[in-house]
Amino acid sequence: MAVPNARGARVELSGWGWKHAGRATHALRGVDLVIEPGERVLLLGASGAGKSTLLHSLAGLTGASGAISGDEEGVLRVDGRPASRGRGGVGLVSQDPETQVVMARAGDDVAFGPENLGVPREEIRPRVENALDAVGFPYGLGHPTGALSGGEKQRLVVAGALAMRPRLLLLDEPTANLDPAGAALVRDLLTRLLSETEATLVLVEHRVADVVDLVDRVVVLAPGGGVIADGPPTAVFSTHGRALADQGVWVPGEEPEPDPAPAPGGSPRLAAEGVVARTPFSPGVRAAEPRVVLEDVDLVVSAGEATALTGPNGAGKSTLLMLLAGLAKPHRGRVVPRGPLVATDRRPLVRWPARRLARHVGTVFQHAEDQFVTSTVRDELRFAPHRAGLGAAETDAWVGELMERLRLNTLADVHPYTLSGGEKRRLSVATALSSGPAHAPDVLALDEPTFGQDTRTWSELVELLGDLRAQGRAVTMATHDRLLLRHLTDVRVHVADGRVLTASPHKEDV
Amino acid sequence: MGTDTEPPSAGGARGFPTRIGDRLRELRNWRTVDIVVAAVIGVAVGVVFWLWGIVWTVTGPLFVLFPPAQALIYGVWLLPGVLGGLIVRLPGAAVLTSITAASVSALLGSQWGVTVVMEGALQGLLPELVFLLFLYRRWGMGVAVLAGMAAGLSPAVRDVVVYYPTWPLTHQLVYGACILVSGALIAGVGGRLLTSALARAGALTPFPSARG
Amino acid sequence: MSTHDRGAAGAGDLLTLDTTDTRHRLTALNPAAKLIAALIIGIGLVPAVDAVTGGIVLAVVLVCVPFSGVDRRTLILLSGPFLLMGLSSAAVNYLYGEQGLEGAIGVAVRLLAIALPGLLAALTSDPTEMADGLVQRLKVPERPAMGVLAALRLIPLLADQWRTITLARRARGLEAGYDPVRVVRLFFGRIFALLVRSVRTGTLLATAMDARGFGTGPRSHARVSRWRAADTLLLVATVLLLAGAYALSARLGTLVLLFS
Repeated sequence: MAVPNARGARVELSGWGWKHAGRATHALRGVDLVIEPGERVLLLGASGAGKSTLLHSLAGLTGASGAISGDEEGVLRVDGRPASRGRGGVGLVSQDPETQVVMARAGDDVAFGPENLGVPREEIRPRVENALDAVGFPYGLGHPTGALSGGEKQRLVVAGALAMRPRLLLLDEPTANLDPAGAALVRDLLTRLLSETEATLVLVEHRVADVVDLVDRVVVLAPGGGVIADGPPTAVFSTHGRALADQGVWVPGEEPEPDPAPAPGGSPRLAAEGVVARTPFSPGVRAAEPRVVLEDVDLVVSAGEATALTGPNGAGKSTLLMLLAGLAKPHRGRVVPRGPLVATDRRPLVRWPARRLARHVGTVFQHAEDQFVTSTVRDELRFAPHRAGLGAAETDAWVGELMERLRLNTLADVHPYTLSGGEKRRLSVATALSSGPAHAPDVLALDEPTFGQDTRTWSELVELLGDLRAQGRAVTMATHDRLLLRHLTDVRVHVADGRVLTASPHKEDV
Repeated sequence: MGTDTEPPSAGGARGFPTRIGDRLRELRNWRTVDIVVAAVIGVAVGVVFWLWGIVWTVTGPLFVLFPPAQALIYGVWLLPGVLGGLIVRLPGAAVLTSITAASVSALLGSQWGVTVVMEGALQGLLPELVFLLFLYRRWGMGVAVLAGMAAGLSPAVRDVVVYYPTWPLTHQLVYGACILVSGALIAGVGGRLLTSALARAGALTPFPSARG
Repeated sequence: MSTHDRGAAGAGDLLTLDTTDTRHRLTALNPAAKLIAALIIGIGLVPAVDAVTGGIVLAVVLVCVPFSGVDRRTLILLSGPFLLMGLSSAAVNYLYGEQGLEGAIGVAVRLLAIALPGLLAALTSDPTEMADGLVQRLKVPERPAMGVLAALRLIPLLADQWRTITLARRARGLEAGYDPVRVVRLFFGRIFALLVRSVRTGTLLATAMDARGFGTGPRSHARVSRWRAADTLLLVATVLLLAGAYALSARLGTLVLLFS
């Protein structure tokens, strides 16, 4: 055993519930659940079913002294005692590697947990080295954490949890923010680790198919309710698979099968000519010199086609997308309009005034919040038509239609930042389209549009983008969503090592 | 916390200092989220400042022609202390946010080096005193404006003593007044409006400032 | 900054990184000592506005620069703004001041003499070691110090977010142009968007730190911040330099005190 730890912890919940501060309804209520030492449990449920909240409570992070405040009811026990963080022997790994690495050097970061537990100094180094060995960390103790890839950072985070010798390991979508290679790295690590440790495991994961082999029990939670299914994976999926899929959960064998309108194809709208891009200026006198991320890229984006930019994180997909959208300036080369867009403005896109660009090229950012500029959903949708000079009646009609179509009509007066993840995504797509039916942008640039979405929002997005493609818009997206590539991609552009490979139109996943 | 809205002027038999002590003891327990968010706000503003600082340095020669103009946009630099206090609402939050913003400059490279951290501490301590004066109970526009002006005292005195000691007194006074006005407007009013906007956007749920 | 292999750290030092390659340089001194030295000069020079007192200090510190261990590229990058600061301060004092060119030069020299030690202290100190020094040697409260240290690690992330927010405004058709009112409104809009992201980011980081037991009791220290004889020597030398500069300037009759 690479990381010695005592046998796993026993978890017991009875009549347990949680209501977030400021919310009217409970995230979870009436949860009755016993997890025996050493069990590996996958928690499932529709988005908003309080899965992460349950993990945070098990880690002792909720309540007056934590960041998550609210009202608790019922009983929650870890080894017969109320959950307490740190000293209770609980380790938690969450989604985002960027916000879990605490220190600037790898060894210091792993040592952070043991230091907090007051582990004597001479015991810390062996613990750190063991933990780093256990996760197969390929660099030294002094390696700067800022230079790690997402998958490597996530491994370091796992090592940081292991160094605390947890008897209860909680994993909250540990691979969600990683590219396929990084996710595979972390999954391999978990597989190996779980064969060596006796710790109890509770896992939350969106993409069930990826983790179903790691667990021996699946527990399904209902939003605002308690446990609605509990048992071995095969049993739970055969009886509840359909219902879960209907609620938006990604269940193996129940993936959505959208049928988007066929691609009509068309003439070029944009062309990248000899584009060279460098890493953006990083702040600080000690920052590394800018590095070339795209080298001499030529690419044509055509109307009535969906172009997907794929490749590992950091390979320059997003950079290329921002250049194509006319938002950033290439180091060398240019992105120029083609076809009817030349009549609008023949200059390279980056020279266009922002207002003109917004009418012809709609961009959807990975973090939807980045692009919100007003304080209600309705204003957010009115913003573009208002600036495009549409009349009030016409604007309201179109805004109403968009809200209806994207299931936002009950949320018209809500602040965009307070929407759920799926609602934010739908709104951000809607804002890019909101110039009006006659004015929808000729080109759409979307950065990871389906990231983290449940199956319902996912299917709606694919169908909407399919419709836009059928209308002759050029759809361009940076993605590593395999299903999106299969169902809505005509041209696949692989970006890696600064080079670009354009694959011929395809329908099958490579 | 925060349900006690008893105005500071109303009091029983106990003296003012005792009540300050009680109030501070009540607010002594910082959660990790209080510390870290105060610091991260400092980093965010500090990064923006540093990028702005490049512009500032480049346009520096313009201000040689009319130094009070520089004083008028000085208020932007005073934002972190006021903002940290208004958002986190604990004794020391203003100091912590302001020190962190200054540390970002020191780390990324400022011609002042570590001395900016000392300045950051002062620019946080002065609004902190204003918040203390209101016993960490009042967070309205008036208090924010006072805090912004207080933050301006430090650079007003510092600049006059370190940068412009040869100026006639009138010039020095006008310059100092410009900084105070700018601090009141940009850091005070601006900081208060930003906090309200953040609360409306639901971004402040972990804090008592979530209610506006 | 160089990276160190796992084996390079001294066995007795646990996680303390080996600094033998820079032993005789400023980099090897305790950051807490450098901070104090910079503050001694920064405060100690304020009363003297003549060119000689500041000039002596500036000259001595300048002589130390080549031995500080700061690489040339960083020095070149920062010397521009540094000299510009001196020049503009001289110009403003000459144009609007009452003490002519001599007074203006005195102010500029003093300004640079105050700033340079701080600059060197910042460039030769690693943030982690600075935090260790402050906590272990100067007894700065540990939780806020570690909180600030963890937050500083987010600089590249937040700089990235700022960049994205800027691009997103352009994507929505917002551009300030040359209208100063729109410049200010757009700037505050972007600050707002960044603050929303940073409160979220900070909450996540705090949750991660809590999950690793931060603040549950007294911490132990994997790294030891040592205070060596050289650190004491630095402080003694700093005080002597300051006293010497004042004494020499007074002897030469050049000493001019502030507001005198």
